[in-house]
Amino acid sequence: MASIAIIDYGMGNLRSVAKALEHVAPQAQVRVTQQRHDILNADRVVFPGQGSIRDCMQELARWDLVDVVKDAARSKPFLGLCLGPQALLEFSEENGGVAGLNVLPGRVVWFGELHDPVSGERLKVPHMGWNQVHQVRPHPLWAGIAQDSRFYFVHSYYLQPADETLVAGRTGYGFDFASAIARDNIFAVQFHPEKSAQAGLRLLANFAEWKP
Amino acid sequence: MGLAKRIIPCLDVDRGRVVKGVKFVEIRDAGDPVEIARRYDLEGADEITFLDITASSDDRETMVHVVEQVASEVFIPLTVGGGIRTLDDVRRMLNAGADKVSINTAAIARPEFVREAAERFGNQCIVVAIDAKAVHTEGETPRWEIFTHGGRRPTGIDAIEWARRMADYGAGEILLTSMDRDGTKRGFDLELTRAISEAVSIPVIASGGVGTLDHLADGVLFGKADAVLAASIFHFAEYTIEQAKRHLQARGIEVRL
Repeated sequence: MASIAIIDYGMGNLRSVAKALEHVAPQAQVRVTQQRHDILNADRVVFPGQGSIRDCMQELARWDLVDVVKDAARSKPFLGLCLGPQALLEFSEENGGVAGLNVLPGRVVWFGELHDPVSGERLKVPHMGWNQVHQVRPHPLWAGIAQDSRFYFVHSYYLQPADETLVAGRTGYGFDFASAIARDNIFAVQFHPEKSAQAGLRLLANFAEWKP
Repeated sequence: MGLAKRIIPCLDVDRGRVVKGVKFVEIRDAGDPVEIARRYDLEGADEITFLDITASSDDRETMVHVVEQVASEVFIPLTVGGGIRTLDDVRRMLNAGADKVSINTAAIARPEFVREAAERFGNQCIVVAIDAKAVHTEGETPRWEIFTHGGRRPTGIDAIEWARRMADYGAGEILLTSMDRDGTKRGFDLELTRAISEAVSIPVIASGGVGTLDHLADGVLFGKADAVLAASIFHFAEYTIEQAKRHLQARGIEVRL
């Protein structure tokens, strides 16, 4: 039986992520865990996150999970959600500047003052609600998901990968930013698939089956 | 193309049952929050808000179970308001599966509570609910004040200043209800909605007074709301969420269909 570990380092509500995975992969053993051995032994790993990046990095260190997260990101199907992909990059502007896990090259940048390029109207931050994700290249995790489908976002900082080939999906909010990044066994999204109705559930189902 | 304006149905829950009458044609049990939430999800609701109107604190635990059940089956954002007074209340609702909690009275009693909750759980899950009422007379510069106890008790707090302060304290969103319009079916207070929406950089949900689909569209187009919340027009099967979205789209508003 395949096992999926959802890494719990005390940041936010993981119940929704677990429930959504159980819903789409009833045969899988889904475990919300902060135990190193659970993460090391899992077939697949989900790295979620909410709140601020400083707390995220502190909690990962406090639970002694930094090396197992990095190890999982190198070795098995690995799904980053929301703050997860931000933590995978080198550096975030949040909290006055925080070093990330440096698994992928790039930075995390504040949206700042945003205006709609067409109407000129000011855009609200956080970027909250359902926005479209343009799949810039095929990927097994996009299987069965219509081009430009809407997913649920809540964030004030965005991913700025250093390498354009990392980008798997883009979203427009004042400008186009990377809303999904992928490399080898890693797929990481800025949005919340667990809260994105059918499209999100499909992405999670694809992850549960993914053989990178 | 870009971010869609959200349509949010709101359900009043008393001791675990949806009250104020919800009527769907095919629904078996009109008071079951899980069944109603599932139905709204199928119709394309962008989020669902539950307002816990249970008077007795003994029955509050029931709301936790409602949220747990709904969150196991409905995979869109869920907000819970009503009786959220402590960090522990917030934690319990989030752990049950809520994505956001809405804070109202407790913020007025002690504004720092909003700051503490946002710092502890993240801005994204803290909604501050503002119940406002016009206090200007005709010809005067428009002014609105915060009221509590269902609009009966004035606080003397200016609504715009309050909204700015709550955003500053870390609220991720504002749920704005016009007490003058609530239950009237005359439409949102557009002037109030626009004033608040333009005063803060965080999203504003307009609430109170929706009677027609045009009211929803007006809230976005003239009130500058980022989301619109309504209860009765959806509950009594006057309109489906999908009809509401098609109407907004026809008026040039971007929606998720």
